[in-house]
Amino acid sequence: MAAAKRNIKRPVVAAKAPAARKMIPEKALIMSGYGINSEMETQEALARAGMASDIVHINDLIAGEQRLSDYRLLVFPGGFSYGDDTGAGNAYANRVRNNLWDELQEFLDGDNLVLGICNGFQILANLGLVPAFDRSYGREIALMPNRGGRLECRFVTLKPEHESHWTKGIERIWCPVSHGEGNFSCSAETLKKIKQKKMVAFTYCREDMSPANGEYPYNPNGALGDIAGITSADRKVLGMMPHPERAMEFYNLYDWPLVKEQARREGRPVPKESPNMQIFKNIVEYFS
Amino acid sequence: MASFVHRIEVHFTKDPRLKTRTDRVRSLGFPVDELHLADVYTIVTRSRDFTRDELVQVAQQLVNPVVQEYTVDEATLPLFDYAIEVGFLPGVTDNVGTTARQTIEDFLAMKFVEGEAVYSSQLYFVRGQMPRPALEKLAATLANPLVNRVYIRTRQEYGQKGMDRVVPAVELHELSTAEPVDLEISDAELMKLGKEGILDPQTGQRRGPLALDLAQLHTIRDHFRTLGRKPTDVELESLAQTWSEHCKHTIFASSMDDDVPRGLYKTYIQAATNEIREAAGEKDICVSVFSDNSGAIVFDDEFIVTHKVETHNSPSALDPFGGALTGIVGVNRDTIGFGLGAKPCINIYGFCVGDPETGPSLFRGKDASNPVLSPRQILEGVVRGVGVGGNCSGIPTPQGFCWFDNRYAGKPLVFAGTVGILPRETGGRKLHEKTAHKGDLIVMVGGRVGKDGIHGATFSSEALDSKSPVTAVQIGDPITQKKFSDVIVKEARDLGLYRSITDNGAGGLSCSVAEMAKECNGCHVHLDRVPLKYHGMAPWEVWISESQERMTLAVPPDNLGAFMDLMDRRDVEATVIGEFTDSGRCVVECGGRTVMDIGLDFLHDGLPKKQLTTRFERKANPEPVVPCPGRLDAILLLMMKQKNICSTEFITVQYDHTVQGGHVLGPVQGKGRVQSVATLTKVVLNSKKAVGLSQALFPSYSEIDPYQMAGAGIDTAIRGLVAMGIPPDTIAILDNFCWCSSDDPERLGQLKLAAKGCYDFAKAFSTPFISGKDSMFNDFSGFDADNNPVKVSVPPTLLISSIGVHPDAAKAVSLDAKIAGDLVYIVGQTREELGGSEYFAYLGSPGNTVPVLDAGAAKERYARLASAIAHELVASAFPVSHGGLGVALAKVAVAGKLGMDLTLPVPDRMRPDYFLFSESLSRFVVTVAPDHKRAFEQALGADAVLVGRTGGSRLRISGRVLLLDVGVDDLEKAYKAPFGGY
Repeated sequence: MAAAKRNIKRPVVAAKAPAARKMIPEKALIMSGYGINSEMETQEALARAGMASDIVHINDLIAGEQRLSDYRLLVFPGGFSYGDDTGAGNAYANRVRNNLWDELQEFLDGDNLVLGICNGFQILANLGLVPAFDRSYGREIALMPNRGGRLECRFVTLKPEHESHWTKGIERIWCPVSHGEGNFSCSAETLKKIKQKKMVAFTYCREDMSPANGEYPYNPNGALGDIAGITSADRKVLGMMPHPERAMEFYNLYDWPLVKEQARREGRPVPKESPNMQIFKNIVEYFS
Repeated sequence: MASFVHRIEVHFTKDPRLKTRTDRVRSLGFPVDELHLADVYTIVTRSRDFTRDELVQVAQQLVNPVVQEYTVDEATLPLFDYAIEVGFLPGVTDNVGTTARQTIEDFLAMKFVEGEAVYSSQLYFVRGQMPRPALEKLAATLANPLVNRVYIRTRQEYGQKGMDRVVPAVELHELSTAEPVDLEISDAELMKLGKEGILDPQTGQRRGPLALDLAQLHTIRDHFRTLGRKPTDVELESLAQTWSEHCKHTIFASSMDDDVPRGLYKTYIQAATNEIREAAGEKDICVSVFSDNSGAIVFDDEFIVTHKVETHNSPSALDPFGGALTGIVGVNRDTIGFGLGAKPCINIYGFCVGDPETGPSLFRGKDASNPVLSPRQILEGVVRGVGVGGNCSGIPTPQGFCWFDNRYAGKPLVFAGTVGILPRETGGRKLHEKTAHKGDLIVMVGGRVGKDGIHGATFSSEALDSKSPVTAVQIGDPITQKKFSDVIVKEARDLGLYRSITDNGAGGLSCSVAEMAKECNGCHVHLDRVPLKYHGMAPWEVWISESQERMTLAVPPDNLGAFMDLMDRRDVEATVIGEFTDSGRCVVECGGRTVMDIGLDFLHDGLPKKQLTTRFERKANPEPVVPCPGRLDAILLLMMKQKNICSTEFITVQYDHTVQGGHVLGPVQGKGRVQSVATLTKVVLNSKKAVGLSQALFPSYSEIDPYQMAGAGIDTAIRGLVAMGIPPDTIAILDNFCWCSSDDPERLGQLKLAAKGCYDFAKAFSTPFISGKDSMFNDFSGFDADNNPVKVSVPPTLLISSIGVHPDAAKAVSLDAKIAGDLVYIVGQTREELGGSEYFAYLGSPGNTVPVLDAGAAKERYARLASAIAHELVASAFPVSHGGLGVALAKVAVAGKLGMDLTLPVPDRMRPDYFLFSESLSRFVVTVAPDHKRAFEQALGADAVLVGRTGGSRLRISGRVLLLDVGVDDLEKAYKAPFGGY
């Protein structure tokens, strides 16, 4: 048996090796396996911002072949882990809690960050990594099924609510949601605490940046308080339903053909990058 | 052994879906006040029982306490009048149950053993008074009798105790091993054998159709005569699978009349591709055509892209959700099974169904028994099936269509396609090539084998109605597939751990192993090593079962350790079931006995050749007699509401079309969100290039002129890509023929003309076919509501799918009008060609003159337009199609939420309504910035006619006089109205 083959390097499929970019020395660990599916575009977004990462199958982490302590950023990317069976993110969260809890606690003790996007946010919510008021990590929020009862895939406009290292310099995010269960819910008391502690990272809003006030399709799922993403009380963890990594470039944005024409007619340069990249740049800046 | 059964019920304290769910059921006509829902987990163990504490802990793993409550072995007691529980029948894949089982195993550090499982079901609580028949009808919309079991209780019957704890375990008796089958019987007996199957010696029942005709059975009989023995049931079933229409495409391969001795496929489809490739020389874009599970073209120096479109019609008629789901995850496997494994990166879909506003009026049985599912139930089921498959697998599904015609009410067509991306080389190996070697191990990867999908390709609908639930249509399990897909295309492939791979689809192992055995000329399989879902399967069942989510690989012995270790760490089941040989034979062993030993040459090439004769006669249809109205405002609004023209955005938004991060031009475009006929997706994130996809079909032209029907499909599929800026010489196409009654010379006559059209027009465009598929018997036989026997055949349907490579995604053009004051052009000629058009359908008469394709002129025009787009001279481009210019102009305006004021060059002799709604091919509506007027007109020449400008909020169209003046808002409302409530 070829024991030497155990240390498998993941080849990057369908994303050419990023051109030699300046990378910070800190690395990110991107979780995969069991139906996680956005690991590659997440890796690409981080690479473009200047942070290298490894995509690691949860089983390799459980088997001790890779160590969380080698990384500074832990990402739970988007996907359909376990097909959303028993509640989106629940089964994957159980697998993490039942096998990796101590390692995760240790990671959270350090000066490290955790990012969960879409299915990743659902996993974080089920693990209790957000809101984590007092680091007891009980479940206090839920991402319930969308009000419409099915998956919703469309571009949404997000407004950063409270400035943190995650949202610095961001005026507006314009990126896709694509989930069946993103309907943010919690008790009135929990909501009050989340707001008091300025933990709301992003809210759904209209194109003119006024609040969605629950109105479909601006708020695509019925989320309480139009909440699209929150941080943990200590700001180390960010969970958000929308996918900034799915619209990295200008021409990934829904309205780019119109914006391009407008820019050309007015003699303005046509942008190359999408403003959504700022989230990933902020992560890199945090470690720089 | 006694078993321990526990039941956990979970419900939301405040269910966010309550209103939508209730509204939906009300919209179907049920007087329901509220429809609540609980998820039920039935846990069955034998080796040990759980304590109450353990069960509570288990329940806590299965719920979210913030918003959900649960009961353990107690009834959920909300306010309700009736309870309806819907679970799966024994043997049907239960994904939620499997996930719950894994969670429990992980949490309690235990393993469920044989006979232990978790079963999921859903418990609906109905508030509102309903008579029993209405209740049963409601249950029928929540469940499908082929895959679901249903229990209904009134509040009183439910009591405090609730529903029963039901265990839907498969109970099977040990079956015999392989049996010899006597073929030395009368022709009448042989025909019965071919039609109804082998007589099972134990049950006395026929096992289901072999779909072998008399000539084929004679050939098999004669072959075994020379061997001096009887075939076994394994051998006969295996030959039936391999020789099936599904696998061998006998109709496309057969000699036809005097003029097509080599058959339609070789003469028309393959020949077109071969000749185009030869003429292209160094500029040939094809890499792999027809020979593998998908076709492949060049993407760039480093990558190739694959494409394959499948149909899954019969299963979808019976179980729309399961059939469509299996269809999409099946074609994903055609991607994973291409070359050494391409990564699925785009899914596409197409649904041909009856008008969803009509009820089921067809019955499989006499006396209004066994009704077919209603078109709406079929539509909603297939929409959900393709959605779940793509969404769970992380593959974007941007591109697709719906086509409505009541001739699809008996049998819908479900098209599912997948594009894959594959590096050309890794470590010096060309990844589109694969060869199993003698001595390589046959490894089956993925799900286990059960009795599901036995005779899947050949089961008639009558047989599927019989009470044999475990062989019913299979439900796919995208997560099992996602797990092996990831480990194969993202890890094992590039480590070079295997030498060949193919998908287990139709015919199961019998086809996949025998197909790969051609690469090294032999195989030896041990059937008793194949992992099964449950005991008690006969060897022939294991060999041909179509249980989903499996691949077969050839792994060199030296790599076996590393391969199996990798699979184990990814929680993917992999089993060595035999080895490849060079014996020239397919040998299968079971329980120490040889149950199959057939020469590969006979297995693959032994089937007798057929000679088909065809007939074609043009029929004259009545022409419409309705005079042209003075103004066309109302008619345009009505046309926007035609089901084949209006928006089906409810599908678009429930399909993830942004995953993998490559969305460039999506399924809906512009501020007004109009559906496009083509989409552009990046599949290599760091490349400028992007993959364009489009599809086209014109079933309404088929009965008038199948030759031009094919031309319309090819032209429109290519044109959709050109409108985004894709150069025509990077485009390849795929054909999917879904025909009917293909034993009828007249239907074959239409087929022959359509195939000839494919050859002529593909050649004229120099656009090669790279892959195709046919499904020849899309007919429904049964009874109408008055008990009259009826046959409903689909209109001959040819779907052309196109794939092309955009050289620079940043220069792609969308369909929406952009800026007020832009110039509006019509590119291409409009002629009086309304036969089979949407307008004539609206007028109630199909007419006779379908659009005639001038491919030479079109080809030149497309190159010019693509070049104009490459020079960024075009602000928007839209290909004119169903509904003609009127609809196209309205869609461009709605998409941009921008009016237009236009004067169209309506010829004196032509009715303005005919000018507006003629479906002449090869046309575009283009908008251009005033600054680019001269350059654009120079680029396009006389082909482009300036007809007016964008601006304001109304679409105003004049011919010789004012024809219409409609608010863009009103057009948008009409366009979005028909499916607004879906």
